[in-house]
Amino acid sequence: MGKREVLQGNIIAAKAAIAAGCNFYAGYPITPSSEVAQYMSRELPKLGYDFIQMEDEIASLGACIGASLAGKKSLTATSGPGFSLMQEHLGMAVMGEIPVVIINVMRGGPSTGLPTKPSQADMMQARWGTHGDHPIIAVYPAFSEEIYSETIRAFNLSERFWTPVIILMDEVIGKAHEDIEIPDLKEISIYSESDHVVEDLNIYDREIGENPPRVDFFKGYAIHIDGLEHDKHGWPTTEPDVVQKMQTLRMQKIYNNLDEIIKYKEFYMDDAEIMIFSFGVSARSSLAAVQMAREQGIKVGLFQALTIWPFPKRELKERFKRIKKILTVEMNMGQMKYEVERVASDDIDTRALLRANGIPFTPQEVLKAIKEF
Amino acid sequence: MRDYERYIRYRTFPTPWCPGCGDGIILKAIAMAFAELELDPNEIIVVSGIGCSGRMPTYFNTNTLHTTHGRALTFATGIKLARPEKTVVVISGDGDALAIGGNHLIHAARRNIGIKMILINNGIYGMTGGQVSPLTPQSFITETTPYGNIEPKFLASELLIAAKASFVARETIMRLLPLKQVIKKSFQHSGFSVVEVISNCHINLGRRNKMKDPITMNKWIASRSVSKAEFEKLPPEERNHKYPVGILWEEKDRLEYSELYYKHIVPSAKEAAKKSEGKHE
Repeated sequence: MGKREVLQGNIIAAKAAIAAGCNFYAGYPITPSSEVAQYMSRELPKLGYDFIQMEDEIASLGACIGASLAGKKSLTATSGPGFSLMQEHLGMAVMGEIPVVIINVMRGGPSTGLPTKPSQADMMQARWGTHGDHPIIAVYPAFSEEIYSETIRAFNLSERFWTPVIILMDEVIGKAHEDIEIPDLKEISIYSESDHVVEDLNIYDREIGENPPRVDFFKGYAIHIDGLEHDKHGWPTTEPDVVQKMQTLRMQKIYNNLDEIIKYKEFYMDDAEIMIFSFGVSARSSLAAVQMAREQGIKVGLFQALTIWPFPKRELKERFKRIKKILTVEMNMGQMKYEVERVASDDIDTRALLRANGIPFTPQEVLKAIKEF
Repeated sequence: MRDYERYIRYRTFPTPWCPGCGDGIILKAIAMAFAELELDPNEIIVVSGIGCSGRMPTYFNTNTLHTTHGRALTFATGIKLARPEKTVVVISGDGDALAIGGNHLIHAARRNIGIKMILINNGIYGMTGGQVSPLTPQSFITETTPYGNIEPKFLASELLIAAKASFVARETIMRLLPLKQVIKKSFQHSGFSVVEVISNCHINLGRRNKMKDPITMNKWIASRSVSKAEFEKLPPEERNHKYPVGILWEEKDRLEYSELYYKHIVPSAKEAAKKSEGKHE
């Protein structure tokens, strides 16, 4: 049995990161994520680990990537404006295949927007914010215990697949204090390849479908990591066949492992005639609404996505065989609803409950939308 | 094979640099400094950003990292804090370090994190075809200042001294041995060090400014460099056309950032942890 505590969402994420083995944090203050940095500045040095406040978010992610290549497990946390600045280095982490975890506690945008109000409007920034073709993993917890477990999962996925992983939260999830049972460390499964030894210079040499090993500097071989497209040695190349293979390798290491990456929760779905698709704070309102609707005899269920990217396409398709009405609930002007529509065939009635004014939906508002369906 | 050649990764040759470029001289000077200090290649990491200078790490037979435009220092900061015992070298150009990377530069200097920076100043964006940089001399013609450059340039080394770098030196590619010597000294310095190397880009700067061959351009570079002592004797109006070379600033006693972190922050935090043990958070 773990210890029961009342903690803020941001602090839960920070604690989970340390439990997952995080030993390097670089960040820049921004509302509503600053508590993560504050906690890390206090706790990491107690363990002999590194904390540094950088000059901006670009530098923060740069330092995290550098530390990661030097063998650390690194974390940074930010919100929308800072996440925009990080996109350049998010691409560098994708290209170099470098593990790093980024928390984005979403607030209203665009630009400075609503610093102290929640939103879910960075869903597409998480997917497509950096330039070029790339896969990305993004997870999104909604409940206190999920903040803990998804943060640990984010670190494990980033180490497992040699990739940056984004933890999306919103201002409500990040700032709210809730009770949580922190699991014992021995109950947590941590993926780590820290004992991996580079055997030669061909650090990117693998066939499509093979998972990459983690390679760090200072392991006895003079390796090269590059933001330029590179060959199996990491050395720059524009050779078309090599470039195409590297692009495919980076995509396939994610898309060939969807079973391991995609995670979701379902509530009241067995006999549901209407399905709500939601995540984060909106999933919480939706769950309460579903429970109220059930009391009134309405057959509605909730599909709560924990993995946002890659999108749980196959899972939704499966449910659309039986359920023909789907309501996407999200705090933006319509982002994930387009992903749902892309998956849905013509016989599916897709609707969305959208709002981007900084106020989360109440269960009653979601219930009203269910009843109007 | 000469001593310094074991630090050069011949497998990745040829380099993308134009014939007559100063970058090759700088590559050699750095390798010679590594060799004289007998550094283990596995204990060195060379990091760069974007531009002609950005390609240099590819040719070092050490750990090497080629990153984003202007931001090599941020990656290097993470590496140095994570592994303070390693020799972390950053190679940057004038556009890379002082335009897009200006913010990172002044903060790395202020922190005094033990990165050894080689700032190659050729006064132009060479890789992209010759656009004006923050170190292009005033009135010079470039691809984006076809009527002459109206912006004054930064005095890079002086800016870095103001930003609290603890070792600042300047040399030119015309003086290989003094260059090697000063790079070696900077590698022995524990805090943030910068060696500004005045280099030539006869192709993209010289060609448009009556110095189309490397010899003419390098003579121009040599004619402008004077020792620090000589520079200080010059009347102010003549100083605008000259730059002092050699070690310009050195603070030997100042603690390096990661040293401070591990000697001050970590023990203080551990002490605080001990005190709060048993107490509820």
